[in-house]
Amino acid sequence: MKHLIDIMELTVEEIDEMIAVAKDIIADPDKYAEKCKRKKLATLFFEPSTRTRLSFEAAMYELGGNVIGFSEAQSSSAAKGESVADTIRTVGAYADIIAMRHPKEGAPLVASRKTIVPIINAGDGGHNHPTQTLTDLLTISREKGRFNDLTIGLCGDLKFGRTVHSLISAMSRYENVKFVLISPDELKIPEYLKEEVLIKNNIEFVETADLEEAMPQLDVLYMTRVQRERFFNEQDYLRLKDSYILTPDKLVNAKEDLSILHPLPRVNEISTAVDDDPRAVYFEQVLNGKYIRMALILKLLEVK
Amino acid sequence: MRIDKIENGIVIDHIKSGQAMELYKMLGLEKLDCQVAIIKNAESGKMGRKDIIKIDQMIDLNLDIIGYVDPEITVNIIRNGEREKVAHIELPDEVVDIIKCKNPRCITTTEQELPHVFKLTDKENRVYRCLYCESKAK
Ligand SMILES: [Zn+2]
Repeated sequence: MKHLIDIMELTVEEIDEMIAVAKDIIADPDKYAEKCKRKKLATLFFEPSTRTRLSFEAAMYELGGNVIGFSEAQSSSAAKGESVADTIRTVGAYADIIAMRHPKEGAPLVASRKTIVPIINAGDGGHNHPTQTLTDLLTISREKGRFNDLTIGLCGDLKFGRTVHSLISAMSRYENVKFVLISPDELKIPEYLKEEVLIKNNIEFVETADLEEAMPQLDVLYMTRVQRERFFNEQDYLRLKDSYILTPDKLVNAKEDLSILHPLPRVNEISTAVDDDPRAVYFEQVLNGKYIRMALILKLLEVK
Repeated sequence: MRIDKIENGIVIDHIKSGQAMELYKMLGLEKLDCQVAIIKNAESGKMGRKDIIKIDQMIDLNLDIIGYVDPEITVNIIRNGEREKVAHIELPDEVVDIIKCKNPRCITTTEQELPHVFKLTDKENRVYRCLYCESKAK
């Protein structure tokens, strides 16, 4: 593996290996403090995403490396109309590894074909965001200790949520995983995902509009935001939005060992009253994001 | 109806009825100086009705285009009035600059001179997806 563009390019073994490294970093961070000494990570954010960028930068600093880059297209040559290919050839001359976010779908793939420097896709429009999925996987692994035999509920915007699509694809490779897809009719998962991933691989799934009813069977609940702009009219949005807000009373019948994940940022889809519930792990998830990015950087730089 | 027999050239046969014009354009046959005949709705035992394209000259055809449109189409090479061979048409694994990605969010819309590449992702249903954004080809 040279670049990371799409989570499905990783084998299950490669994911296991990175998760093991991430757990080792958590156990003994000092051991890794100088692993990337004198190495430079370039964060090329053609579109702003402060959280993702900070996570990459913190990861590189904790490995003893340095960071160069830009945080929005206005401050880069892209604003002058330079192509992705030319930008990458230039940056590739300075950096040892590149994390790239771009509003156009497929831009990181184009970049990866123009340089020998490893490219990490840090999000390309609504398409892929593989380090978020790695973050989700590390969180599930740490909370549940396994990927097999899990009932995973995904709730909210399942139609446009790219993190949802990638997580379903990634988890569909494990044994005895069942999905409960909780969303309003308007925001169900796309047909192609149902046909090409779930049905094709014989994976058990149910679609429902009722979060409370689905709750008791879930081992993992992955919450996403239902955005106002996804609805054709305001009435539908107002009618539906509260059904997909997680509150303590909706958790009454949940399993004791449920894990609640959210890719963040949260707007109001999880009540802050849930934050102190030990089953809420979305802030741990943020930290996991840094650790798995450290493991990924080590892997791509082939640092042992 | 009678179309003159070809001495040296190509007969593209078993085109689904109504598809000949599309294929004509995709293959760029309008650029040819030689005679080209498009026969629409010809009777066919196997297909009921079919289209045929006859080209009165030996040219280099991009068989990937034909395979992409329909691998059931047959291409006959005619030499000295005889059918010399039937070219083997396959569903191509990848097509380059034959179809354009229509997704406005795709990198192909902004990146200079980037080839439009589509990959065959589902052979059974003949689904092609953009290499970059994975949009389905229409
Ligand atoms: Zn595309």
